Amino acid sequence: MARERRGIEVSLAVAEAVGQADCDVIAAYPITPQTHIVEHLSEMVAEGHLDAEFIPVESEHSAMSVCCGAAAVGARTFTSTSSQGLALMAEIFFIASAMRLPVVMALANRSLSAPLAIWNDHTDTMMVRDGGWIHVFVENGQEAYDHVFWAFRVAEDPEVRLPVAINIDGFILTHMIEPIEFEDDELIRRYIPEYRMEKALHPDNPVSMGCFGMPEIYTETQMAREKALVDSYATCVKGWEEWAALTGRRYNPIETYRADDAEYCIVTMGSLGETAMAAVDELREHGEKVGVIKIRLWRPFPFADLYRAVDGKEALIVLDRAISFGGPGGPVALEVRSAMYRRPHAPAVVNYVAGLASRDVRVEDFKAIILGGKAKAAAGDTAGFTLYGVRE
Amino acid sequence: MAKPMEEIRWQDLEIGATVSEPGSSREYKTGSWRSLRPVVDKDQCIRCGVCWLYCPDAAIGKSEDGHFEADLDYCKGCGICARECPVGCIHMEIEEG
Repeated sequence: MARERRGIEVSLAVAEAVGQADCDVIAAYPITPQTHIVEHLSEMVAEGHLDAEFIPVESEHSAMSVCCGAAAVGARTFTSTSSQGLALMAEIFFIASAMRLPVVMALANRSLSAPLAIWNDHTDTMMVRDGGWIHVFVENGQEAYDHVFWAFRVAEDPEVRLPVAINIDGFILTHMIEPIEFEDDELIRRYIPEYRMEKALHPDNPVSMGCFGMPEIYTETQMAREKALVDSYATCVKGWEEWAALTGRRYNPIETYRADDAEYCIVTMGSLGETAMAAVDELREHGEKVGVIKIRLWRPFPFADLYRAVDGKEALIVLDRAISFGGPGGPVALEVRSAMYRRPHAPAVVNYVAGLASRDVRVEDFKAIILGGKAKAAAGDTAGFTLYGVRE
Repeated sequence: MAKPMEEIRWQDLEIGATVSEPGSSREYKTGSWRSLRPVVDKDQCIRCGVCWLYCPDAAIGKSEDGHFEADLDYCKGCGICARECPVGCIHMEIEEG
């Protein structure tokens, strides 16, 4: 099968993927650093390359509202946003998952204001961590392209029917020009066949969505929601397995690098994983038994995969790219610490926050963080978090 | 709804808590919220339908004799009909008990 390898900006590749996925409705409002994704999609629709409705809206709140409406009638639906745009969407973001509407979002991760910062970290996505969506993190352009298809595959699965956010680090990935392998349309059609939604809004079979929920029923609706998200794990994995069978590119909920015999592991999420791998290579040359644990699937959180990856390690050094203000550290560390609580022989968990608003986290920084974390773990200094590189 | 709401388990819910039985909100009777009840003086009523038009809950319907009357299963007693009636034939009475 012909596979084309092209040098292309990652945002454009994401837009091309949405086109290849034969998306029906796109509603979005431009915001840096997501703009190129929807800009390119609007061009594709305007020039007749993509037979979809592109609905330009007056705000992100409307964008997500339109997406919910489109998904409710059974349309394949896509949106993209960042930071403040996601904040403005938040109200409808939660409704999309509650109503089990399989919207796919490319979330170009960016800092939240204030001060106004357009650069990359994970403060925006952490705001909606508890919003009931499936969240996946990608590390490079190829993964971003691949996960557009995976997201539709999982979201629209009748067993799942949940919205999916593809977290793509803003600028670091969205604006990078990378060589990306494009799959042909026929393969994509096999991977995500035409979508038929059960009980979609239709005048022939009237249904009500988003009804009033009294105290007598709200608890049950939330249990159903929680169960749906937890149970979506199996389809997430199946979606990756099917993709691997078709393309040879394999993904997992938790991925590791030189971690099998490692005593200490750095835990990352998103594009910094590749820098961490370089740091681990250099530290290994100096005899340090270190590895990398990468969290790809953030929600539903893959506890069993994490245990398989980290059991027996001395310590985990978790790199967060957001602060849970007033809490015990970054959101990823909270999760990992909680997962390790009362687990026999659990590794110590040390938390660093770094790379806020795209402040560089270079290989040297990773080395300092890993060695610093190792020393802290040895000293039993594992509470709270360290804001790496802050001037004081 | 087939089952009373208090008996529905989470497994019984349709996906996304969709309700595929149209008009089920009729079963949710809100008249018990009322502290005032609209009473129509039919001798004064000119059957204009202004009360029907203004009722924010669509709780007023036309009765067989051509007058307009509130369905007390749903009327919340807001008094808008009494306020808007052009001939003043509706007054609000305190609900006892």
